[in-house]
Amino acid sequence: MKPEDTSNEKPHRHIKHTERRDFLKKSSLLTAISLAPGSLIKAAEAELDEKFASALEQLPLSIEVNGKMQQVNVEPRVTLLDFLREQLQLTGTKKGCDHGQCGACTVHVDGKRVNSCLSLAVMHQGKKITTIEGLANGDELHPMQEAFIKHDGFQCGYCTPGQIMSAVACINEGHANSKDEIREFMSGNICRCGAYPNIVDAIADVKNGGQKA
Amino acid sequence: MKDLSSNNKSIVDGPSRVDGKHKVTGKARYAAEHPIDGMLYGVLVDSTIAKGTIASIDSKAAEWAPGVKAVISHLNSPKIPGYDDKFYGLKVFFNNKVLFYGQPVALVVADSFERALHAATLVKVTYNKDKSETSVDKNLANAKLPGNPRMKDYVRGEADAYKKAEVSLEEEYLMPLEVHNPMELHAIIAHWLADDKVKVYDKTQGIKDTQESISKTFKLPQENVQVIAEYVGGGFGSALRTWPHEIAALLGAKKTGRPVKLVLNRMQMFTMVGYRPYTRMKMGLGATKDGKLTGITHEATAQTSRYEEFTEATVNMSKFMYKCANANTRYRLVQMDVSVPTWMRGPGEATGSFALECAMDELAYKLDLDPLEFRMKNYAEVDPENGKPFSSKHLDEAYKLGAEKIGWYDRNRKPASMKEDGMLVGYGMSSGTFGAFRWEATASARINADGTLVVQSAVSDCGPGTATSMVQIASESFGIDASKTSFILGDSALPPGPTQGGSGTTSALGSAVFDTCLALKKQLHEIAAAEQDSPLYQSKFEDVKFEDGDILLSRSKKVAITDLLKKKNVPSIAVTLESKGNEELQKYSMYSFSVHFAKVHVHPLTGVVRVVQVATVADSGKIISEKTAAGQMIGGVTGGIGMALTEEGVFDDRFGKFINNNLADYHVPVHADVPHIDTIFINKPDPIINPMGAKGMGEIALIGFAAAIANAVYHATGKRIRELPITPDKVMGAEV
Ligand code: FES
Ligand code: FES
Repeated sequence: MKPEDTSNEKPHRHIKHTERRDFLKKSSLLTAISLAPGSLIKAAEAELDEKFASALEQLPLSIEVNGKMQQVNVEPRVTLLDFLREQLQLTGTKKGCDHGQCGACTVHVDGKRVNSCLSLAVMHQGKKITTIEGLANGDELHPMQEAFIKHDGFQCGYCTPGQIMSAVACINEGHANSKDEIREFMSGNICRCGAYPNIVDAIADVKNGGQKA
Repeated sequence: MKDLSSNNKSIVDGPSRVDGKHKVTGKARYAAEHPIDGMLYGVLVDSTIAKGTIASIDSKAAEWAPGVKAVISHLNSPKIPGYDDKFYGLKVFFNNKVLFYGQPVALVVADSFERALHAATLVKVTYNKDKSETSVDKNLANAKLPGNPRMKDYVRGEADAYKKAEVSLEEEYLMPLEVHNPMELHAIIAHWLADDKVKVYDKTQGIKDTQESISKTFKLPQENVQVIAEYVGGGFGSALRTWPHEIAALLGAKKTGRPVKLVLNRMQMFTMVGYRPYTRMKMGLGATKDGKLTGITHEATAQTSRYEEFTEATVNMSKFMYKCANANTRYRLVQMDVSVPTWMRGPGEATGSFALECAMDELAYKLDLDPLEFRMKNYAEVDPENGKPFSSKHLDEAYKLGAEKIGWYDRNRKPASMKEDGMLVGYGMSSGTFGAFRWEATASARINADGTLVVQSAVSDCGPGTATSMVQIASESFGIDASKTSFILGDSALPPGPTQGGSGTTSALGSAVFDTCLALKKQLHEIAAAEQDSPLYQSKFEDVKFEDGDILLSRSKKVAITDLLKKKNVPSIAVTLESKGNEELQKYSMYSFSVHFAKVHVHPLTGVVRVVQVATVADSGKIISEKTAAGQMIGGVTGGIGMALTEEGVFDDRFGKFINNNLADYHVPVHADVPHIDTIFINKPDPIINPMGAKGMGEIALIGFAAAIANAVYHATGKRIRELPITPDKVMGAEV
């Protein structure tokens, strides 16, 4: 995250970054020194080219994460998952495949469950993201979190944040009316430890006990 | 919704995991989740041939890409002092040889993950390609006796006696290649604190093993290597050893002088961290007409890599599971141009039990006996392999309880005779076993002035709930409430704990915790008994009890431990102790046992198999924590459902490469595949193995399960599918 640069100016898309940097990097090589102006060498040594590149390659993004507004700059190629994990240090959201095949990265975007590895951070301008870190109300756990503990809906815990985010959405969508329906609508969330029956129990329990929104 | 809970109420209402809150709130930190200032990101470049040599590596474009700090390959890798002739395994970036498809050939280190990932695509590698062999079936003629002397042929009585039996059977079975695929991708953060001092956050099931192997590889004093693994997102065996990517990350950090985080991608999880080897088996079984076994022959041929031999106990179970005078086994390996396999949950036995337990079912039908009755007729009261008594064995009881739970005797035994809701219905059963051990382990226990007990050991927990069990053992043995007890793990600087594998953690570590708490109690009592004004003055340890933080001689004569510490003016008292089994253990055969019963539905037109009910019984001594034990059993069954119905790593042998190396194409069970599972525990302490009487259960939860499904599919359809996984095409294609 580079908090110092929040300008809304659109970066120039047509600069050939690679060529420019190649020149700078090459020009810092000994063989090229005699050909390069002194200031350019200094710039290369100070890695100014890379700082320049960073500024150009990033887009401004306003995004609300767990109730907190974030004004950041982010490369367009950064997934929502990596943005959360690597830039915001919200590592509760997990990476299990990076390909939309496991559900470990499930978060809520405006209340709907989304595989954060399959979407880019910059697509969520102005959206509200909720991650596992934002589910509890301070020290008071969300009923789904309580139910997962009570029913032992996990072992290693790595799929758990994704399962819980998915489970909360599953009930909100109205897809938790029977155990079979829960199984069907939770099948995008893999648990290799195999805690499935306990996860289904936890969801059924919350559904039966009523869920706080 | 009726049928609210799978587990019975007492388990649900019982104590929960001590680390549960961290896991459900996202606070639990796994290997890749430790923030360190100045951290760089490493991305591996993998070979795109299975065999040959690297002709050239052009890394210029990658080096010039923004944010790139280093590109490392065999051309410029820092030398690794431990890569000598004695080194076992793949030496990363060592020379230009390519030994399997997907071998790491270069590492790109950059200041962001995206930059490293992009730059890795810019590294151009050319190869001189040789012809590779990855098909076991095409290379069976090259099968060889392993170099490992423990794997030589075994004969008891007469070899191949089944051939002369009154009733006999000879069939072939196949276990395909399976991949662990824990949900957490293997990951490491390597951080050199000085030239000869390194700290790693690593995904490992064996903290001390990882410490030792890094210290050996880089020739560092062991104490200069610190390994942290607070949380491990599953392993199932894949994190039981140190792999090349871990060394690569250490090299990247060394070269750049900055901490480097390296996370494998899911494709790399198929080639870089082991798998269960493809294994072809032949079973020969012979019996008298009335069902007494007269011969057991089990042969297996498994794949291994060319650069390292991997062997496992595939044929062992056939030596001791049933009473039989004649038994023999043969185990062979075929070297392939693949990465080396490794232990995967229920290693060896999970593969072997599929053949043995299917064959037992087949022979039972040939003999017109109920498969359960046939097993009981050949029940081994003592270990047939060595004549030793079992330290404890309640398999007979397990058979009975499981049969009752699933309604075994209410079924019509005739194949293809039952239907419900338009589905063919089948019931199947099988059993499993795995050695029970007691390795050495060290723990420390500290009682604080505020009355809290802290127990510690250098172990990691990949899911079974080690901290939860250890808290339970410590609080019970110390006579203190569990809420006042904590267990600290995940750091190699703690007293050396066991590796979490082979279902041995609870036995080894639990014993150490038990013994350490005992020693701490003795020490506290000694202090109290020496105080002239103490109600316990000159009392004997045998006469006192520890309850609720008090040392009691009688109701009126007691000392609160907190008062004792206050009086002595010490903040805490601690004991560190190594614990191991004694000679006595050698007199016994020690095993855990399991029984699996399953009911399946087979769709008559499509051949789709659905598991609709499971009852699984564990005979694994005393159960320390019922909730986590039940979790282990349903987890094992879930793995077994995958093994039985969907999991299979497939190669394109023309290129020697995986073609389903992702979670969309390699099918692990999902929610919709897993029904209600009843878990039953015999819960009788083993009087021999350790002070708690607890044996392991991680492996037996899975071992044998796939056979129960195959047998149920036979019962439903009259078709024997002997090659896993049992996919619809096989069901539809098979003959009755
Ligand atoms: S990490 Fe997003 S679905 Fe697997
Ligand atoms: S708890 Fe380990 S993957 Fe689900």
